[in-house]
Amino acid sequence: MRVRVDGEVCEAEEGQTVAGVLLAAGRNSWRSTRRGGRPRGVFCGIGVCFDCLVVVNGVPDVRACQRRVEPDDEIRTQHGAELPS
Amino acid sequence: MSRTVVSSIVVIGAGPAGLAATRAAADTGADVTLIDAAPKLGGQYHRQDARTGDERFALPAGVQHLRESVVWAIEPIDGGHRAHVRTGPADSPDRTGTSIDAAALVLATGAYDRALPFPGWDLPGVFTAGAAQALAKGQGVAVGSRVLVAGTGPFLLPVASSLVGVGAEVVAILEANAAVRGWLSNPFGALAGAGKAGELAAYAATLVRHRIPYRARRAVIEAHGADRVEAVTTARLDADWSPLPGSEKTMEVDAVAVGFGFTPQLELAVSARCELRDGFVVVDAAQATSVPGVFAAGELTGIGGATLSAAEGAVAGAAAARHVGAEVRPPLQAMRRIRSGRRFAAALGEAYPVRPGWRTWLRDDTLVCRCEEVDYAALRGARNDRDATGSRSLKLVSRAGLGLCQGRVCGANVAELSGIDDPAAFAGRPMAVPLRLCELAGADPEATPEIEPGVKV
Ligand SMILES: Cc1cc2nc3c(=O)[nH]c(=O)nc-3n(C[C@H](O)[C@@H](O)[C@H](O)COP(=O)(O)OP(=O)(O)OC[C@H]3O[C@@H](n4cnc5c(N)ncnc54)[C@H](O)[C@@H]3O)c2cc1C
Ligand code: FES
Repeated sequence: MRVRVDGEVCEAEEGQTVAGVLLAAGRNSWRSTRRGGRPRGVFCGIGVCFDCLVVVNGVPDVRACQRRVEPDDEIRTQHGAELPS
Repeated sequence: MSRTVVSSIVVIGAGPAGLAATRAAADTGADVTLIDAAPKLGGQYHRQDARTGDERFALPAGVQHLRESVVWAIEPIDGGHRAHVRTGPADSPDRTGTSIDAAALVLATGAYDRALPFPGWDLPGVFTAGAAQALAKGQGVAVGSRVLVAGTGPFLLPVASSLVGVGAEVVAILEANAAVRGWLSNPFGALAGAGKAGELAAYAATLVRHRIPYRARRAVIEAHGADRVEAVTTARLDADWSPLPGSEKTMEVDAVAVGFGFTPQLELAVSARCELRDGFVVVDAAQATSVPGVFAAGELTGIGGATLSAAEGAVAGAAAARHVGAEVRPPLQAMRRIRSGRRFAAALGEAYPVRPGWRTWLRDDTLVCRCEEVDYAALRGARNDRDATGSRSLKLVSRAGLGLCQGRVCGANVAELSGIDDPAAFAGRPMAVPLRLCELAGADPEATPEIEPGVKV
């Protein structure tokens, strides 16, 4: 299947999580923190820490390590606290 | 707002404990619903590759499996408890709500890694050991190409082995405690738990084959890099875990996997008002908690590995079935396995504790709470200048533990740094998992989740 990551087309497989796709593509951060603007990616890997937040199809605060990709998902970096678009 | 379903027994968590509980309860003919947040069965230990279509585990006929379903609250009702569930893609506002009324509940929600802070631990490229393991097993992806595995406990071995399996170079394993004599050379020794010996021997062989150095009394005390980990400083530790001056070494790596044992996933047990002791759920010989009709099994009741979790699950499942009136033969074999498993767990706990010297790894600007970006100086300030000493006031003044993870990651560390003698002081949460506001408001479609009947074994 295909998904888009920050506007670019990316190949993905059924059963991959958003984090799985991003890490396999060589990225290890996709969020900036609210206060310090620091980069974050996966930390706990199992849905506990909420460090891996990402925007999927306009919805922010989606845990990349928990969310399975679906065809044509629009995945993008989350900047601080975002409102749904 | 959401549909209500009735099931006599609800098991929450499909790891070794929950699977065994489901089987034991279903074997008595009781009607069982198994709920897990993951799409596939198995929990952490038996995590399956999520990219293949097949399911490795079969459930007894008649078991209802609610996959991709999180339980976010438990409430008492007449004759039992109601579990509130959201089913669907993780964190999607389109998940559907169900509540399930049960005469007996088995909580088997497992544990997550304890991570200790050090300067730079918030850089991308620092992962928990469990994250490295889950990504390798479940997604076939390595967290880095040159990875250092560090922390304490035997869990570091399977993590290193899985990393090698997905093509990473493991530069070393650092064990902060002293190596248990004969642990690697003789996995049949003092710490060999039931069924563990062969598994450990296989990991030891992997270390040798890939020439992965295993260093005791050493830890990562700093990670370096601008926007991602580029190198780490490691140091030799004294018996208390304070770094020995002059022992520092720098290693170039692009990822670090750190794990200092596990913290139980307590929120549902807290939501059900189960009694806790030393940060774990208190259970009797039948795995019954202090709340009638609520049973607990697995790492929730103590950290002891998959074999013990499964034995506890078998007993909890049988006890839950008896509670709902099924005829049950006493699970004597599982009870024996629990006794030997707990001896192993106690030995493990003594051999691989977290020692207080880790607090000296922190600097003023080291984050203690990753979510709210509270550093060590701010936490100390809240405690000393503003006299916030209880966990509640400390949270409110410093904001540590108030972020999205609700103190799961920082709770035990903040408690220890602030002299609060209760690792679960931060475990009380209004909701077990954060929901979206629209979900709480009930603005969701009334659709029913797909309940899949179990496959016959
Ligand atoms: C990331 C990670 C990886 C691990 N890998 C290994 C390993 O490879 N080898 C090893 O020996 N040990 C491993 N462990 C240790 C682990 O704790 C095992 O000992 C074992 O899996 C514990 O079994 P359990 O049944 O108690 O819980 P788990 O196996 O942890 O199962 C708990 C289950 O409960 C579900 N759950 C939790 N809360 C909710 C909720 N609110 N709603 C719905 N479902 C919920 C989770 O999705 C999970 O599937 C790992 C631990 C972690 C944290
Ligand atoms: S990495 Fe911790 S929630 Fe995703």
